Amino acid sequence: MLAVESVSKRFGGLMAVDNASLVLEPGGIIGLIGPNGAGKTTLFSMISGFVAPSDGRILFEGTDITGEEPHRRAERGIGRTFQIVQPFAGLTVCENIAVGAYLRHAKRADAIGKARDVARRVGLAAELDRPAGGLTVAGRKRLELARALATEPKLLLLDEVLAGLNPSEIRDIIPVIRGIRDEGVTILMIEHVMQAVMNLCERVYVLAQGRMIAEGKPAAVCADPRVIEAYLGHGAAARLAAEGAAHG
Amino acid sequence: MYSPQIILEAALNGLMTGAVYALIALGLTLIYGVLHIINFAHGALLTCAMFAVWVAWAWLGLDPYLVIVPLVPLMFVLGYGLQRFVIGPASHGDDGNILLVTLGLSIVLENVLLAVFQSDTRTLDTDYSFQVVALGPLLLSYPRVIGLGVAVVVTGLLWLVLNRTDTGKAIRAVAKEKLGANLVGIDVPHVYAVTFGLGCACLAVAAALLMPTFYVNPRIGGAFVLVAFTVVVLGGMGSLPGALLGGLFIGVVESLCGLLLGDSLGQIGIFLIFIAVLLVRPTGLFGAKA
Amino acid sequence: MTARDLIPIVVLAVLAALLPLVVTSSPVMNFLVFTLIVALGAQGWNILGGFGGQFSFGHAAFFGTGAYVTAILQLRYGVNAWAGLLVAMAAGAAVAWTIGFLSFRSGLRGSYFALVTLAFAEVFRILANAASFTGGAAGLLIKLDVHPANLQFADRAVFYWLVLAFVTGVLLLTRWIQRSRFGAQLVAVRENEDAAKALGVDSLKVKLRAIALSGAVTALSGCLYAQYFLYIDAHIAYGSWISVELLLAPIIGGVGTVFGPVVGALTLHGLGELAKQFAGRIPGIDLIVFGSVLVLAVAFARGGILGLLERLRDRGRGMMTRGAKEVSHAGR
Repeated sequence: MLAVESVSKRFGGLMAVDNASLVLEPGGIIGLIGPNGAGKTTLFSMISGFVAPSDGRILFEGTDITGEEPHRRAERGIGRTFQIVQPFAGLTVCENIAVGAYLRHAKRADAIGKARDVARRVGLAAELDRPAGGLTVAGRKRLELARALATEPKLLLLDEVLAGLNPSEIRDIIPVIRGIRDEGVTILMIEHVMQAVMNLCERVYVLAQGRMIAEGKPAAVCADPRVIEAYLGHGAAARLAAEGAAHG
Repeated sequence: MYSPQIILEAALNGLMTGAVYALIALGLTLIYGVLHIINFAHGALLTCAMFAVWVAWAWLGLDPYLVIVPLVPLMFVLGYGLQRFVIGPASHGDDGNILLVTLGLSIVLENVLLAVFQSDTRTLDTDYSFQVVALGPLLLSYPRVIGLGVAVVVTGLLWLVLNRTDTGKAIRAVAKEKLGANLVGIDVPHVYAVTFGLGCACLAVAAALLMPTFYVNPRIGGAFVLVAFTVVVLGGMGSLPGALLGGLFIGVVESLCGLLLGDSLGQIGIFLIFIAVLLVRPTGLFGAKA
Repeated sequence: MTARDLIPIVVLAVLAALLPLVVTSSPVMNFLVFTLIVALGAQGWNILGGFGGQFSFGHAAFFGTGAYVTAILQLRYGVNAWAGLLVAMAAGAAVAWTIGFLSFRSGLRGSYFALVTLAFAEVFRILANAASFTGGAAGLLIKLDVHPANLQFADRAVFYWLVLAFVTGVLLLTRWIQRSRFGAQLVAVRENEDAAKALGVDSLKVKLRAIALSGAVTALSGCLYAQYFLYIDAHIAYGSWISVELLLAPIIGGVGTVFGPVVGALTLHGLGELAKQFAGRIPGIDLIVFGSVLVLAVAFARGGILGLLERLRDRGRGMMTRGAKEVSHAGR
């Protein structure tokens, strides 16, 4: 459903993303991991239309969307959340979600109804009439998720929805993400919490210094020497292997 | 049409008016560069300074150029106080609020001046108001030549203050990274107020340079503030050399537009440049990319 | 919209409509008509500035366009005043849309948007002051010819009702915006443009719609100004004083609320009149009050008068519920 073909992004002299490709089939949860500064968020921004690639193209359901505005992509069914949560502070939780719902429901009553629905699914039903500015971090993450869901996306890009949450909050939100997948939404998620990646993702892509260095099942990818070196530095894989053998 | 000499003279005259614009813009751009705010009260503060010069001349018989000596520290203190005790606390650090607070201040200042001085236009005359300096075949107004010289000197001084003194370093640190500066122990509100004070001190000099050939009334600031914004935007928000060059350029444009289009349409060139720059290149012609 | 949304507007409109039956003094009627005209223009500002968060410092461009279009159509082309009113609104919307298109497409926001609108208004002022078409510096005098067809009435009260009807209409319009998809998207753009885009909001389109609507309403107020005072010049129509008035009222009253602009305009002009009564001979005293109120409002009353009232009410409610709890504790 999504094909990112040899996409690059240059910021001045810096190659934030360098000739990265990625293919998503409909359904499932796919992870995008990599060390800090690898270019994951930049890649997300290019898929959702906030950053124009310097090179390469992006196809969604077979259509070239490389030059399209973010709102057009949302209409096509690409939803995203932001790593730094961005609630509409002056609105209530319900109104926040309704902004997303209005994309497919022009009437206020329908949009509000949809918003309540979504709020229930992500566990925000009790907070509907509170101002969004007053939510906890966990609440804001859920709101971010709810708003994107309310646009009824086919593909959902989740940028570190688990970051900043404590283990019990993470435990609470993982079933919510699974539930979204089960309804047929394809999910591409950037995540640092490896336990969650292992737990949720069927497949992961690894980005390091702007390049796509590995792809496959989470367990296999984590054992890949290139991935270990990307995270832990040059020679780390060999050292780990040696240690493993010694303790073996 | 016009002889080359008339055009050249108009251009040179514009250059010298532009020097004063540059001084006004210097204060504005400094404040913008550090506080990242647009000071709408800048014009009204200039009017205050101009009235101060006029009062010193009319009531105390002081020469306008001499007034610079007491007026610079006075305006500095006024600016420091306004930022520290009014603009800073009232705006809660929000951009839109600052715009509104400085707008409110400008309305108050302007109308207090109106209440005190009425709406009459006032001028002062000195022995040198109409003196000219001959430059080859060209006759240049003496006060304007002084203005150009002083504007260049003040820009240089300001540059030295910012680059060679501890206060200047603190100002530049705050301009670059407010939070970091705060963490290393720089008193940010104080630095803000000092910057605002410096910006106002520039107005004191500008006022003293303007008065020998110009006039003052309570509404005069409005005319200058838009020109100063244009200069600042043109030169790149926050850039001192940009303000100087931008000011000189705008002075010339205004003078030539006035010559070619007549007085009533003369200012339109400035605003069109202003709009064009904002729309096409809001970082300014000389400014670095934000 | 529900009945609860509409009732306050209708009640206030009816009460205000009864005023001329009580008040007959013509200075007071003049004051009311002028204040309502400002309130109407401020309502226009509020659509873009309040709901859309785009602070314009140049709404004079739309006010003046409304005033000049209506005057010129009547004077030079003999167009009926009511038709002129519609054309004036359309012209205001067109000017606003164009300024908006140029500015928003370039990504101008915040202070930059404020500055560029200010500059546009100044360009209009200079042009109107210089062109002979607009009467130049002498301005335009609309011929006194009292007849309803000319939008001129023998009784001030009739004009008052007319302006009141428009103000009420825009109150309803604003309430509709607040309850509509357009309004939700507009507020979302104000709060966070990127987040709004990610949710499928076409932010450029939404902002353009807002500025066009805003321009039309403000042009309507300019048109009514011209019809009431029958004289305009470049300074009146395009001067910065009106830009300032139109933004002051919503900010004092309650920015981004339905009633804010009206409350703000009445408060400001009421205070201005009071100041004039007490210190009549001091020129500019009303403006000193305006400026001070603005600074004070920003410093101490975020959300303006309506925001302040809401906070007081919440506090009152808080005390009541606390009181109720204590009672119930005591009862146990």
